[in-house]
Amino acid sequence: MLGRLTIEAIPLYSWVAMGGAAVTVCGGLAVFLLITYLRAWKVLWTDWLTSVDHKKIGIMYVVLALVMLVRGFVDALMMRAQQAIALNSEGYLPPEHFEQIFSSHGTIMIFFVAMPFLTGLINIIVPQQIGARDVAFPFLNSVSLWLTAAGAGLVLVSLVVGKFSTAGWTGYPPYSGVEFSPGVGVDYWLWALIVSGVGSTASGINFIVTIVKNRCPGMTYMRMPLFTWTALCISVLIAFAFPALTVVAAQLTLDRTLGFHFFTNGDGGNMMLFANLIWIWGHPEVYILILPAFGIFSEVVATFSRKRLFGYKSLVYATACIAILSFTVWLHHFFTMGSSANVNAVFGIATMIIAVPTGVKIFDWMFTMYRGRIEFHPSMVYTIGFMVTFVIGGVTGVLLALPPADYLMHNSTFLVAHFHNMLIPGALFGYFAGLNYWFPKAFGFKLDAKWGIRSFWFWFIGFYLAFMPLYVLGFMGMSRRMEHYADPNWQPYLIVAALGALCILCGIICIGVQLYVSAKNWGSARDVTGDPWNGRTLDWATSSPPAPYNFAVLPEVRDVDAFHDMKIHGTAYRPPAHYEDIVMPRKSGLGPVIGAMAFVLGFAFVWYIWWLVALSLVLILICIGIRACDDDTDFVMPAAEVARIEAAHLAQITPVDMHDMRDFEPRGAASGTPLAGRA
Amino acid sequence: MSETTMNEDLLEHEERKSLESREFGFWVYLMTDAIIFALLFASYVVLSKNSAAGPTSKDVFDLSHTAGETALLLFSSLTFGLATIAMSLGQTGRVVQWLFVTLALGLGFLAMEMIEFSGMIGQGAGPETSGFLSAFFTLVGTHGLHVAFGVIGICVMIGQVLVKGLTIPVRSRLFRLGLFWHFLDIVWIGIFSVVYLPGVM
Repeated sequence: MLGRLTIEAIPLYSWVAMGGAAVTVCGGLAVFLLITYLRAWKVLWTDWLTSVDHKKIGIMYVVLALVMLVRGFVDALMMRAQQAIALNSEGYLPPEHFEQIFSSHGTIMIFFVAMPFLTGLINIIVPQQIGARDVAFPFLNSVSLWLTAAGAGLVLVSLVVGKFSTAGWTGYPPYSGVEFSPGVGVDYWLWALIVSGVGSTASGINFIVTIVKNRCPGMTYMRMPLFTWTALCISVLIAFAFPALTVVAAQLTLDRTLGFHFFTNGDGGNMMLFANLIWIWGHPEVYILILPAFGIFSEVVATFSRKRLFGYKSLVYATACIAILSFTVWLHHFFTMGSSANVNAVFGIATMIIAVPTGVKIFDWMFTMYRGRIEFHPSMVYTIGFMVTFVIGGVTGVLLALPPADYLMHNSTFLVAHFHNMLIPGALFGYFAGLNYWFPKAFGFKLDAKWGIRSFWFWFIGFYLAFMPLYVLGFMGMSRRMEHYADPNWQPYLIVAALGALCILCGIICIGVQLYVSAKNWGSARDVTGDPWNGRTLDWATSSPPAPYNFAVLPEVRDVDAFHDMKIHGTAYRPPAHYEDIVMPRKSGLGPVIGAMAFVLGFAFVWYIWWLVALSLVLILICIGIRACDDDTDFVMPAAEVARIEAAHLAQITPVDMHDMRDFEPRGAASGTPLAGRA
Repeated sequence: MSETTMNEDLLEHEERKSLESREFGFWVYLMTDAIIFALLFASYVVLSKNSAAGPTSKDVFDLSHTAGETALLLFSSLTFGLATIAMSLGQTGRVVQWLFVTLALGLGFLAMEMIEFSGMIGQGAGPETSGFLSAFFTLVGTHGLHVAFGVIGICVMIGQVLVKGLTIPVRSRLFRLGLFWHFLDIVWIGIFSVVYLPGVM
């Protein structure tokens, strides 16, 4: 009846595991009680969970990412604490538990922090930047969100019922095969990846179509804001790369569940096939995480330098180059695994070439700042911190791209330091910059800048403290993922790294305080114009938070800096002669239902509860069938209602709030053909 | 003009735009599916000689059976094409007839594939025997699973054509289902030339 699920699955075997389970259960219970106490279930269901509005879906993605960031960071703290004390001793974590923690840390940070964070920001902003009313497929967008949430739910449940994988976030067989990992851990990992991966693929398709089909008049490709460009490039990467993840995860699942021989040691399996397939997804994935952050930095640096983005075209081409090159380097993740010297050389050179377009970007951002009037807003500070730190990671990356050097550093903490040096400044700092930059757009009030700056400094210093020692330790010969060690020379560095992790903890707390303080003082930091930073792109032309339809009248774009151009010509904030009816997508409960069923499906597969597998599959198919027969998915918002919303917004704006740019005298042309780097 | 008809005009206008996006989006989806098949093909090519002292491709493939499957699937693509032509001529009855023929051919293909699979498993050449057979069953089985979803889709669309008639959204759905069905045909030609032909040669 319940497959292999028994009472043994409850983690009563260790106090640490029990504590983790208790915190998860109590956290869930607390949220449940809070919503019940606030009597918010109905509002939550009708206004949020069933919503197909891209802005609300985006906010829910970011909330998911922040919750999972805390969970993934607790793993990091536990690892740092273990390694700081485990000299010639067992520390406080048994090996098997330590392995679960580094596996879940990587899985959570990549799939359930970075992916939902960037998808959320793209969701909130990209339709507004291209002058669209919504994404191309609003309902599919909701399904994507709930599939991602279902995957995150599977990882969270593994803490309470059963165990998580011990095979690391890339789960190489044969260790992750059923012979060496017979428990449910790897299955939890696989089903979390499959379920959320399908959601990500759907998001990728959705954003390709949105950006190609839904741009407003005048928004040519070469007038799209850089963030939209990066969103387009990563959507293409998602559509090409995520199927590989689905394939490789399905093959390993077949090996484990039905006794297939894709990756087993004997009977004709080939584990190198796994290494190749997972990195054909995995390397583009790195750029999927980083490119949107590059887009955010490009927006922030132009806005807060008060200058047009330097070298817009070169940034576009560099982004596209990186996207294409990302498919040519996957083998550098396993130089040591038996390829010939010539094959390694080809992939090594391809890897080094990626540093060129990335370097172009760094110079473009610096030239944008050059002679600009720089304002040290938290998002700008994160951007500058990124530029300084990311270059170090880039240099160590080029070092690792040399196969002979990689043979020495492979699998050492040098590698751990390198990829954290790419992903913390390169991805996370970008998302935090985006959070500070676009928060008023999503909620209508600004985030507290003081706590934003504090969080930056803790993250920045904490990052250096936590990862510079790991570079040194890598040179000293320390392997990654060590539960304990015997070399006393290592311990001081590991203690410093643990202090760094504590420092980052303060950074996370500061973000929490920043959100709390800002929400408490929201009245005094309101953004009535929709344009709090004197922004340049079309996302600042909507009200904050935007009306459900974003734009009452679709704008006409004449310039890269579309909204800046409107302000100069005095066409911003001008109500049109008359409003028209607007067609809007209806909300739908099928999205969360499909997500819930996908969660049940994954859970049932993990525990071999076959009747539940069949039931949830049938229910998902029925939901899709219902949707496929539904011809009544839209409704009309009457022009009178649009006029009322717009009038209420415009009435709030006083001349003092507006960034009046009509006296602005641009050097060079402000519209039409732009002069790079000027005004 | 009354308010409701104006609303209906507006909805229909938006619907056309949205259906255009859906058709483009469906092409993108087919691309992602093509990548899934490409990687399954690659896995098969890597593992095709790894029969681990078990049956090899020469022992288990029967080209005449495969020829039968191929004929059924190719003809089903033709009949779906005829349904599409009937749709563009607005002949509701013809559309339903050709869809039923396509459905029968698709079911015939699935039945032949089941016979092939169960025969192989009965001979002790199941997917758990060797890397070669794991890759074979996964590649061909994934294609078969797609055909099964296509068959469900044809049933749903027969229902929609009968109940709703050839409305604009129904036409668009039928068009997209047709893309899916022809795509599976192309994949099958790949399977025939990469799996079965070299397997018996």
